Amino acid sequence: MQQVLFLLLLGVVAYFASKGFLRIRRNILLGKEEVINDQKAIRLNNVLLIAFGQKKMFERWVPAIFHFFIYVAFLFTQIELIEIIFDGILGTHRLFAPYLGGLYTLIINLIEILSVLAFVATIIFLSRRNLLKLPRFVKSEMKGWPTLDANLILLGEILLITGIFFMNGADGLLQNLQPEHYHPTGHFQLSSIFANTFFSGMSASSLVVVERFGWWLHNLIVFGFICYLPYSKHLHIFLSFPNVYYSKLTPRGQMENMPEIMNEVKSMLGIGEATTSTEVPEFGANDIMSLSWKNILDAYSCTECGRCTSVCPANLTGKKLSPRKVMMDVRDRADEIGKKLDTEKLDITTYNDAKSLFDYTTPEEIHACTTCNACVEACPVLINPLDIILKLRRYEILTLSQGPTDWLPMFNALENTGAVWQMPVDREAWRQNA
Amino acid sequence: MNVKTFAEKISEGIQPEILFWVGCAGSFDARAQKVTKAFCTILDACEINYAILGNEEQCTGDPARRAGNEFVFQMLALQNIQTMNMYEVKKIVATCPHCFNILKNDYPALGGNYEVMHHSDYLNQLIKEGRIKLKEGGDFKGKKIAYHDSCYLGRINGIYEAPRSVLEELDLNLVDLKRSKQNGLCCGAGGAQMFKEDEPGNKRINVERAEELLATGSDVIAANCPFCITMLQDGLKAKDQQDKVMVYDLSEMIVNNMQ
Repeated sequence: MQQVLFLLLLGVVAYFASKGFLRIRRNILLGKEEVINDQKAIRLNNVLLIAFGQKKMFERWVPAIFHFFIYVAFLFTQIELIEIIFDGILGTHRLFAPYLGGLYTLIINLIEILSVLAFVATIIFLSRRNLLKLPRFVKSEMKGWPTLDANLILLGEILLITGIFFMNGADGLLQNLQPEHYHPTGHFQLSSIFANTFFSGMSASSLVVVERFGWWLHNLIVFGFICYLPYSKHLHIFLSFPNVYYSKLTPRGQMENMPEIMNEVKSMLGIGEATTSTEVPEFGANDIMSLSWKNILDAYSCTECGRCTSVCPANLTGKKLSPRKVMMDVRDRADEIGKKLDTEKLDITTYNDAKSLFDYTTPEEIHACTTCNACVEACPVLINPLDIILKLRRYEILTLSQGPTDWLPMFNALENTGAVWQMPVDREAWRQNA
Repeated sequence: MNVKTFAEKISEGIQPEILFWVGCAGSFDARAQKVTKAFCTILDACEINYAILGNEEQCTGDPARRAGNEFVFQMLALQNIQTMNMYEVKKIVATCPHCFNILKNDYPALGGNYEVMHHSDYLNQLIKEGRIKLKEGGDFKGKKIAYHDSCYLGRINGIYEAPRSVLEELDLNLVDLKRSKQNGLCCGAGGAQMFKEDEPGNKRINVERAEELLATGSDVIAANCPFCITMLQDGLKAKDQQDKVMVYDLSEMIVNNMQ
């Protein structure tokens, strides 16, 4: 009966999860093609240090340590999870225990220690968000769903850990009462304390219920989590790895060149071949389809931690710009387009809903950027909000011929006199009165 | 000080080793001109074979490119590259981190390949080589100095130590800011903000930074970007401290303390 239910659930989860993850993949690939396959060794090294080793998280020690607890607990719990899935499918109980012997005891004890650490971390994270209300967690872009999303995940984490302790604790007691089914696994240090506190004196049949409750709770949270991920900021648990791998390796101060414009200017200056293209080109980006797929991967990898926004000089001084919001806007817009493509069966090549990314990120926001790269430096998973801001600026200036009017005198001075200010004197005049 | 252009030197039969990139601020802004002159005085004292482009220099195009105006950038950059390649420029030193960055990182894709240094690095090198000799007990001896990392030198190009090492040679008391090095706070000028009004907000970025600098109780603020210097001076002015706390470029601090 439990086995049938499990298989049924597993099928449903596999269906919804694969649908969800394929949707994310499709949305990312709505972006423009950009070939990134150079310097593989450096990229792998970055994945090891920054994604796997969380090097940049440790710029801020307090969250880094607690995040590390949750992360390592998550990694090790996978072993138990694989066993649970096998048990569920085969109708077995603690399938790995007889094969692994003492190692099994060691692993489960390790998972229990990590789970307690993760539990503490989760409580601290919930407090930082809801009691301490750290500024970066309560900025305007966090209102509503983003805040709920973060809390739901943390609550799920608590339930998951509770499930592990119910399951392991009851199991330990049952091993003495019904050794024929609950075969020995060795002593679980922490869950036995838990069980002796809460379950001591319970009958075998009650303990079986407790054990099953823990087991199913663990399962259901995991299944729910997998289906929920594609709708949550928590995609970073997977996407941070490819995101770090594909992150920019060229110097920070290097902006992507625009060969079309370079060639046109070259021919204007008489130093290159005349260009023959007659189409009216579109420069920069105003929507998902004109951003690179990597920009969209960035957006789906963002876990809204707000380190970028908390160091953004514009945001710190009350301007509307928030690099985190730029990332959230790209993701929300990609979601919106993806949804319309699915429900209205539209074709991406002719897609037009009379909206663009500018309906999410306003010109005022991108005009406030000082290109100081603080957001780029701050991101633990190498997301680059600045790249998107600069592409939007290019679109605004080059394609729309708009932008801050204050810049017009500067552009005119540059075009007419080759200096940022229109000056009445020669550039080298300073030499005379030197 | 006898500053010559590439054209002048070449007509005298001398190929300059170094191009000193003066930049728009260094050429036209009264405050930044002082830095330009201080740096030239140092170069002369070290008998460096350098020249400027003079009227043949144009804006590097940095504010245009960061604002999004690629056409204007390409126009300026391609002309500059044409000029520099004509003069067979090999090595450039710039006093402005924005010029330095774009010459170093953006010009190669357009066909402009040079060895580019910021003057912080260059000054540090001249001191280390013993070509700049500093006085014992100069003007800044024992004074409390806060160093402001410019974004385009620091976080963007990873140059944190060279300017600090120069300052240490001046025998001063260098205080570190809470937000320094890779966590340095922008002065508010980058990304062509210098050339427009602020977007609506509740504070100016330079005022935020000035407050942080003032809180250190420093006598002097050391910087190495003409736009940072302007921004920080304005920030100090907003706090009515412009007469008490001075903002200097590294080259200004060195020039009066050479043997």
